[in-house]
Parts: sequence; structure tokens; C-alpha cells
Amino acid sequence: MSLDTATVRRVAALARIRLEEDEVARVQGELNGILGWIEQLQAVDTDGVEPMSGGTPEGIAAMPLRDDVVTDGGQAAKILANAPDREGEYFGVPKVVE
Amino acid sequence: MRPTDFTLAGAVAALAEGAISAEELTRAHVDATLSLNPKINALITVTAEQAMDAARASDARRARGEAGPLEGIPLAIKDLFCTEGVQTTAGSKILEGFVPPYESTVTSQLKRDGAVFLGKANLDEFAMGSSNLTSAYGGVLNPWSRRNDPDARLVPGGSSGGSAAAVAARMVLGATGTDTGGSIRQPAAFCGIAGIKPTYGRCSRFGIVAYASSLDQAGPFARTVEDCAILLRSMAGFDPKDSTSADRPVPDFAAACGRSVKGLRIGVPREYHIDGMPPEIERLWRQGLDWLRDAGAEIVDISLPHAQYALPTYYIVAPAEASSNLARYDGVRFGKRVTEAGSDLRDLYERTRAAGFGPEVRRRIMIGTYVLSAGYYDAYYLKAQKVRALIARDFREAWGKVDAILAPATPSAAFAEGENSDDPVQMYLNDVFTVTANLAGLPGLSVPAGLDPQGLPLGLQVLGRPFDEETVFAVGTTLERAADFKHLPGMRAGA
Repeated sequence: MSLDTATVRRVAALARIRLEEDEVARVQGELNGILGWIEQLQAVDTDGVEPMSGGTPEGIAAMPLRDDVVTDGGQAAKILANAPDREGEYFGVPKVVE
Repeated sequence: MRPTDFTLAGAVAALAEGAISAEELTRAHVDATLSLNPKINALITVTAEQAMDAARASDARRARGEAGPLEGIPLAIKDLFCTEGVQTTAGSKILEGFVPPYESTVTSQLKRDGAVFLGKANLDEFAMGSSNLTSAYGGVLNPWSRRNDPDARLVPGGSSGGSAAAVAARMVLGATGTDTGGSIRQPAAFCGIAGIKPTYGRCSRFGIVAYASSLDQAGPFARTVEDCAILLRSMAGFDPKDSTSADRPVPDFAAACGRSVKGLRIGVPREYHIDGMPPEIERLWRQGLDWLRDAGAEIVDISLPHAQYALPTYYIVAPAEASSNLARYDGVRFGKRVTEAGSDLRDLYERTRAAGFGPEVRRRIMIGTYVLSAGYYDAYYLKAQKVRALIARDFREAWGKVDAILAPATPSAAFAEGENSDDPVQMYLNDVFTVTANLAGLPGLSVPAGLDPQGLPLGLQVLGRPFDEETVFAVGTTLERAADFKHLPGMRAGA
């Protein structure tokens, strides 16, 4: 599978990464180089194989559950300390709703 | 003896005997760092004053009889671990100036045990790279140089290149790293030191900037295998804040370093004899097997038939997880924000991420976004998860026949800046021997074992069963003893 320029633009938009027009061809070439190399996986017979979706070596360990209680919170000042923009106890962003 | 020439174990003993104070030990390493770091660029942030304060506090604890197992030991921390009150960049412009309000579990445990942090180590941006050249804070110079071309600027490997270089140059006695596809073992080999990626789940990932969550694991670097074992004991352990961390006891890894390998079965994977491998790597591998045979181990040929698919599998799984993990860098809650007059929220996201991420990170996010997108998920991501299951199964079958596996750590010695850089895939091949352990979740240790014809260090790699780091340390110590690797890099404290 080879990406055309429209797909490259669509993927960049999905990833929320601005792509300038003069970058599209270069990025397309790089992505297609990597995808072409990855293509060799199609040769592996994986019929009936259960996918491995986590890193735990003995298969998927049951996720531990804890009591559904509040264990943290009340630290708005710490959480906002690194914000590029804020208004009171809120993160500031450009106006979203008219 | 110069304080920077201690092993970590030697420094622990000297501090306990009162032969040196934490303040003296830290001062020597701070001085070495201040003089070498401008050339090597191993640390992005040097915390010299905090380190001296921590050293004095350490001496006070010792005087009160409260010395921990790492009391007064100077370490470097990969700049991927969040450290409370100290800038944490992940090697990226997008996190420049980010000061975490909390401490990662691994670093909090090192502090609990008395360690002194000298600074935050340079790395490939978001741990994506094998050369340290994708760092937004500049590359790191490998302290070793080629015999016939001493001016060539060699890379320290990556992604934990700053950690490895700092330990090799004797700026610190040990360092933390993380390993997603080889990011501890490859730089350890390139810099002539030891480094271990433990079993997935051995160390908590809480507070470590995430790259690929099902592959990322923290581990230590040091100049001896035993020193790595000492550090790992402090770093490891169950953490309720990481649901994938393993709720099992942490053994005394250093005690396992003295174990005999007599009667152990050591596997040699047939598929690791790859085309075009330099003869010195083959030679070193054979030499390693001879050393283990001489120590009483039995050498057994094994097959890992799906190992050849490990790299392409990794380059689907890791970017997919990265595209999801890195979605949080949106210019809203922390880090860099880029806007233009009239930018709406979407434009803010897109400009911030285009300016904040370097080219390799953007590439991997886009690959990950593509392989997870509607219509391609089954063909790429699901397929890769299935091949990953086969790779893990190959190892499970091997563990019926062998107790550990010996392989090269890397397919070459350290390369120079500019080499391997034209084609991303060429750079990815660096991890051909290391990436299988991440996919299967296994422990892997890199041990310096010899030199290439240019006088550059080469490493051997020991792989073990899940949660059997002890056997890995025993085999590693046997190799270390036999190799008697005494070579030193030209650039180091006191040279």
C-alpha cells in the first residue's frame, strides 16, 4: 500500500500536525519508505493467532482493580503551574463556541 | 584513588567505611561534569547545587545511622523521568521549561535509598532514536574515539545516549535509562558499559514520559554488572500507580552476580546470524560462547523463527502507541504553545505540534496514526500484534530448552554523526538484536566484552526468562570476568 498525497494530508490532519505544502512530497516519500519495509509482515502466517496487546510476557494479565474512591485531587495550582495560558482555575484556549 | 574511578559498589563500601564523604564524592563528580559536559553534552540540565545540598543531607543521614543502600551515590537521570521541581524535557522542544509537580516512582525510590542526582541526561526526542541525534538539545559525543580517525564525532547510541556517555566518561557512577527497542542496551554497548532492560513490569512506568507503553521499561546503566544489579534493586518493585507493574518480590540482584553458570543451558539463536554482520561481531559472539562453556555452561542451538519480523513489528506497534501517547502534547495544559493571530483551537494544536515535535517524532506519530486509522487497523496494527504473539511464543518454546540466550548487543560499534542518517529504515536496523526482548517483555543485559579493530567497545547481550534477571546477572558477571574489559574511553574524568 502506497500513500498518495491526499492520504498524507489526511493523516497529518488526523494527527493534528500542520503540514506545509512544500513538505508533502518529502513526508510522502519517507512514510512510503517505512510502510514498504513494514509490508514484509504480510508474508507471516497468523491464522488463528491471538493478538498480543500488552507487554506482559506471560500473556495478558488481569488488570488489577482498586476500590472506586477518590485518591487524589485538590491541587489545581500545581496542575495549572505549567499551563501556557490560564484564566482563574481554568486552562485558557482560543474561543471555541460563538 | 580518584573518587570518579570508584565502581558504584566500591563507592558504597568507601562511604560506609568513612573513607570518603558523600560531599567529597559528589564534589568530584560535579567537577568532572562541569568540565566534561560542555564537550560531551550528556546532560541537558546540570543540578550541581541541588546535588551538593543532597550530598550534605546524605552525610547527615549517615551520621544519624539512617544510610540507605545508595546513600550518597551520584547518578544521572534520563530526562524522560519526571523529577519534581527540575525541568523534564524528554529531549523535545515541546516540553522545554516543563517543571513536573511530581516525581516518577523509579526516581523517588532512588532518592528514598539515598542517591544524589547530578542532572538530567540527554536523549533522543521522546526516546525515539538510536543515535541521540534526534534530541532538540543537540547530540551527545561518545567519549570513545576511533584509533585511525580520532576526530570523527561518534554517537553514544540512543535513545539513552546521555546516560550512557555520562557513566562512561565518569561524570556519574550510574544512570537511569529506558528501553523501548534497545535504548539501554545499544548505548551501553556503544559506550563500553553495562546496562539492563529488566522484564516488562519489573519497574513502574509512573512518571516516565510515555513513548510506547507496552514496550517501555526503565533500567540502570553502570560500569559493572554488579553495579547495575545494585541500582535495579532500588528501581524495581510493585507500584499501585502503574497497573502493569508486577506485584512480586524484588530479589537481591547483586547476590545473584556471584552465582555459578555451571550446568546452565545457553541458547544460540540461529536466526541472529544476519547477512552482512561484521566479522568482529561474529568473533566476539563465538568468544562469549567459549567463555560460558569454559565456565561450565552447555551451549545449545535454538531457533527463533519469527525474530526476523521483530523490527517491522516494532515499527507498527511502537508508532501506534506513540501516536496515542503523544496526543497529550496539544499546547493547552503544559509545554509549548504556538499560535498566530486569529488561530482557532485546531490551528493552535496543529501549529504547536508541527513546531514542537522534531522530524522523527512527527514521522512516527504519522505512521502510528495511519496504521490505527479506519480501514488499515487490521492490515497493520492487528497483524503486528499477531506477529508479536508469535515472537513471544518462539521464546516460550526456547525456554523449554535453555536457561538464557547469548547474542550480540548491536550489529556494529558506534557510528559517526551523519552515518546511517539518510534513510530512517537504515537507522532502525541498529535495534535488530535488542527489539525482540521488548516485544516479548524479556530481560536483556548488555555487557562490554571486546573492542573492534578501531578500538571501539562491543557488547554481548544476555536474554533471560521473564522475571529471571538473576540468571541474566549471573551469566553477565561470568562474561564480564572472562572478558576482563579494562579499556577506557579517551574522554573521561581525570584523563
